[in-house]
Amino acid sequence: MNVIDTARPPERAASRTATFKPSLLLSEHHHLCPGCGEPVAIRLILEVIQELELTQNNICILGHGCYGSFIMQMDVDSTLCLHGRGPAVATGMKRIRPQTAIWTLQGDGDMTSEGLAEIMHAAARGENVTCFMLNNGVFGDTGGQMTASSVIGQRTKNTLEGRDAAYHGNPIKLAEIVASMDGAAYVARGSVHNAASINATRKLIRKAFQRPMEGQGLALMEILTMCPTGWFVPPGEGAEYMMESLGKVYGLGELKDVAAAASPEDAGV
Amino acid sequence: MSQAAVAMPAAAAAPRRKVTRGTVVIAADRCKGCELCIPACPPGVLSMSKTGNHLGYLYPELAPGCTGCTACQQVCPDFVFEVWRYQEPIVEEDTAP
Repeated sequence: MNVIDTARPPERAASRTATFKPSLLLSEHHHLCPGCGEPVAIRLILEVIQELELTQNNICILGHGCYGSFIMQMDVDSTLCLHGRGPAVATGMKRIRPQTAIWTLQGDGDMTSEGLAEIMHAAARGENVTCFMLNNGVFGDTGGQMTASSVIGQRTKNTLEGRDAAYHGNPIKLAEIVASMDGAAYVARGSVHNAASINATRKLIRKAFQRPMEGQGLALMEILTMCPTGWFVPPGEGAEYMMESLGKVYGLGELKDVAAAASPEDAGV
Repeated sequence: MSQAAVAMPAAAAAPRRKVTRGTVVIAADRCKGCELCIPACPPGVLSMSKTGNHLGYLYPELAPGCTGCTACQQVCPDFVFEVWRYQEPIVEEDTAP
């Protein structure tokens, strides 16, 4: 096969249409596993922050998970909080600095298993913060144990025969619950399993930042991410496995947008 | 047109042309070999290498036919791809069977 030299930029006249990393990321190197979906989700969030010109005006609150390793690489103000307490910390920050975009970066274990009360009460109060939940259905950081959002039949480290509703209970569909609360302004679910859904997710993230900044209430953006290590599948099969397991339970798209009813022209933002 | 080409059926006589509209820079030393970019590439011009990088992971290699669509850059978790689009596309005859 004729292989093209891709070690350096082309010598022909060409324009660069996509860079290695967003400029808000200080380094391309990270220690997450092959096939992980979280770096893709973080790249989308950082790109949207730059598009909305919130670079100098945002604070990230990280929960506990693999994404926490990006705290030294993201060129945004950030703090680390106790397990699942992101929305509570964000509440305090938003009330002190109401003009700043406050966003939390949490996983499904962090948000639904460890800190369910915080996101529920923050949504009920209608805090103007954006909460991101990177949902892969396992505690990836600790080796792939079951979380509250693992789907029925999913094989994890402590449900080797698959999650059984009679023994382990049913999964918590957090986005649907938050969407039913009056304080939530925007609830959506995206995915990073292929290029088309990544582009669609970028638009959802954009609105998830805009609604709280307009003072309309809390935004919850759930992003399905691959965790092939935690699922015990080869990295290349992670995307397909995710849509066969998590994707069948967690439908993609917007679940709630208070601005959609008020001003239809905003829907195309 | 040569005699041999005239004798062939009309569909096969027209030379197939491969158009390369862009290219990528691949940071092979950063690749962890997850292979997510291989099915993501719409023209299917990425394939995994036969030998590993300094970490032992196989990395993607580019064949002619890239459209510069940035799909590989979108799906890559390790920030391996940088996409360039040519001002003038490269047009060459496809010699592959």
